[in-house]
Amino acid sequence: MMSGNKNDIDRRHFLRDSLWGACLAGLGAAAGALSRKSSAENTVWQIDPEICVACGNCATYCVLEESAVKCVHAYAMCGYCRICFGFSGPEPYDINEAAENQLCPTGAIKRTFVEDPYYEYTIDESLCMGCGKCVKGCNTFGNGALFLQVRHDRCLNCNECSIAAACPSGAFKRVPADKPYLLKRVDSVRNNTAGCKALRSRRFSNGVDSA
Amino acid sequence: MIRLVYIIIGTAFLLLSSGIASGFERFPPPDFESGYEQPTPANPAPRRNIYEYVDTAVLLAALSLSSYLVLRTRSRRAILALCVFSLFYFGFWRKGCVCPIGAIQNIALSVFDRDYAVPLTVMLFFLLPLVFTLFFGRTFCAAVCPLGAIQDVVVLRPISVPEWLEGGLRLFAYVYLAAAVLFAATGSAFVICRYDPFISFFHLSGNFHLLILGGCFLLVGVFVGRPYCRFVCPYGVILRQLSRISKWKVAITPHQLSSSESSEPAPGRQRHSSGSIGAGCIKCRLCEDSCPFGAIRAPTADWPAHDYNRSKKRLAFLIILLPVLVFSSGWIGYALRPVTSRVHATVRLADRIYLEETGQAEETTDASSAFRGTGKDIQELYAEALDIQAGFGLGGWLAGGFVGLVLAGKLIAVSLQRRRTDYQADRAGCLACGRCFEYCPQEHAKRKLAKDNWFNHRER
Repeated sequence: MMSGNKNDIDRRHFLRDSLWGACLAGLGAAAGALSRKSSAENTVWQIDPEICVACGNCATYCVLEESAVKCVHAYAMCGYCRICFGFSGPEPYDINEAAENQLCPTGAIKRTFVEDPYYEYTIDESLCMGCGKCVKGCNTFGNGALFLQVRHDRCLNCNECSIAAACPSGAFKRVPADKPYLLKRVDSVRNNTAGCKALRSRRFSNGVDSA
Repeated sequence: MIRLVYIIIGTAFLLLSSGIASGFERFPPPDFESGYEQPTPANPAPRRNIYEYVDTAVLLAALSLSSYLVLRTRSRRAILALCVFSLFYFGFWRKGCVCPIGAIQNIALSVFDRDYAVPLTVMLFFLLPLVFTLFFGRTFCAAVCPLGAIQDVVVLRPISVPEWLEGGLRLFAYVYLAAAVLFAATGSAFVICRYDPFISFFHLSGNFHLLILGGCFLLVGVFVGRPYCRFVCPYGVILRQLSRISKWKVAITPHQLSSSESSEPAPGRQRHSSGSIGAGCIKCRLCEDSCPFGAIRAPTADWPAHDYNRSKKRLAFLIILLPVLVFSSGWIGYALRPVTSRVHATVRLADRIYLEETGQAEETTDASSAFRGTGKDIQELYAEALDIQAGFGLGGWLAGGFVGLVLAGKLIAVSLQRRRTDYQADRAGCLACGRCFEYCPQEHAKRKLAKDNWFNHRER
């Protein structure tokens, strides 16, 4: 009886030890299998500007009180228009920099005169909250030079991005950390200049003066 | 003038109505004559990769130190100090991301998604605590996990939870694990991260509801030790199983001192009778209520014969019940796929589009109008959604089957009787916090002896 009990304990120890070995081997195998598919590079979150619909969720869903998403300006694509739909929206009271004519709720877009009839628009990132109102305006009526991007000096790179979970168009992507931005470029733009040239000439020949 | 703007807008609409929202060069960039140069805005780079490796190194160091403190030093104070360090480093400094608990989902996603490669650091964050647990028990839970640490520092008035309730509540953690893996593997959501109750504390901002949830966990945690770790944590239930077979384990009673240490009594000090030192548990019951997590198991005797016979029958019944439980809960997981698959954005979108197409919903949502803006085929969307739902069917079988297996295993485990002669830390449930060490008189005797030896050594 005693020896039987003793054998029993030995068997238990033996089983436990072999299970332990199996677990360790399993973890090793898992590590091996995973490392074949893992990448040395980390990933970060970014918005694909071609998919983004500027719904405004970026301003509110970020875990940061002030969103990590900001508006970015692709100057090379910008028409430097005197009447900018990203700056003033479709229904401004007047064509000037007065607060009531600005689309941006925080006044983060600065409008400066370059040369007749061109104006430069710059984003003050410290004021921008990523609501995307200007982006929507610029995409709908303009060249689409304004777009939203996750700014990586601010982003906490959460494992699940709260904005990505709330994004209606699925524009959030994990991108490699060494290529953290999906910037709009001129060469990615389809040309549709024919009609626009006509439009432009009309715009600038109508003689409306800015304040 | 406003009218002019309207005219322009109208013209723009007419000219460009066929165009998709972004990417048309409607107004060609001008050729400047005043020598204006286009600014090139800087794009700040993300945190450098090297810091991720620093985090991994800190994790490795903290795990090693924690194991050493729990198994060798046996000092609650040192464990608590490491705990607070981890809370500040992994919690408030690194903002609790990425943590091993959340890494379960990255691993699950990388197994099932061909395109997702899990970053090396995330893989190490997932594997290192598992390996350490296999060797040293749950020393990760003890002093490295920031979620455990934030709860550990608020355990002030612990009450004991009855064993049946503890076991029952813990089932939730298994369901949570199964759900988390299911949703991560299907690429729907990372629910562990989404409903992490303490992340808002680490960020010092965040979702209001989660802040409330975290506050509730901490408030309950004052009385019920570490409620998240015991009843919710999906990583904890993996660690439980590995801790059962760990190479070394937490012992309430200290191990016997080696003879070289105890053989030389200090001059002028009475030699302790070697019989009482390191003779193992003396069943003094002092440690009985010391564990706020209910992980100390009292010695048990053999079952009375009639009890034994009855439980033998019950065990046989439960073993027969096992496949039934596995199958039925697997089926429940499968049958729930219309509900579970709605966590996936594509399925939600397809549902919405269907409602709109059939006239059951009048207004469009952001998602549905974004989809319509892309001009993709609706039938393709439906097919994709059905595909995902089928994936949830298979996943439901597996996840449900897993939960059924756990349930059956739990029932079988309560029908088994283990004979214990000592007060022991439950291998699975012990969080290795070290609170029980100083309740053991043997520990005090050992410390006294060690002190004597030290004096002895110095005086020589």
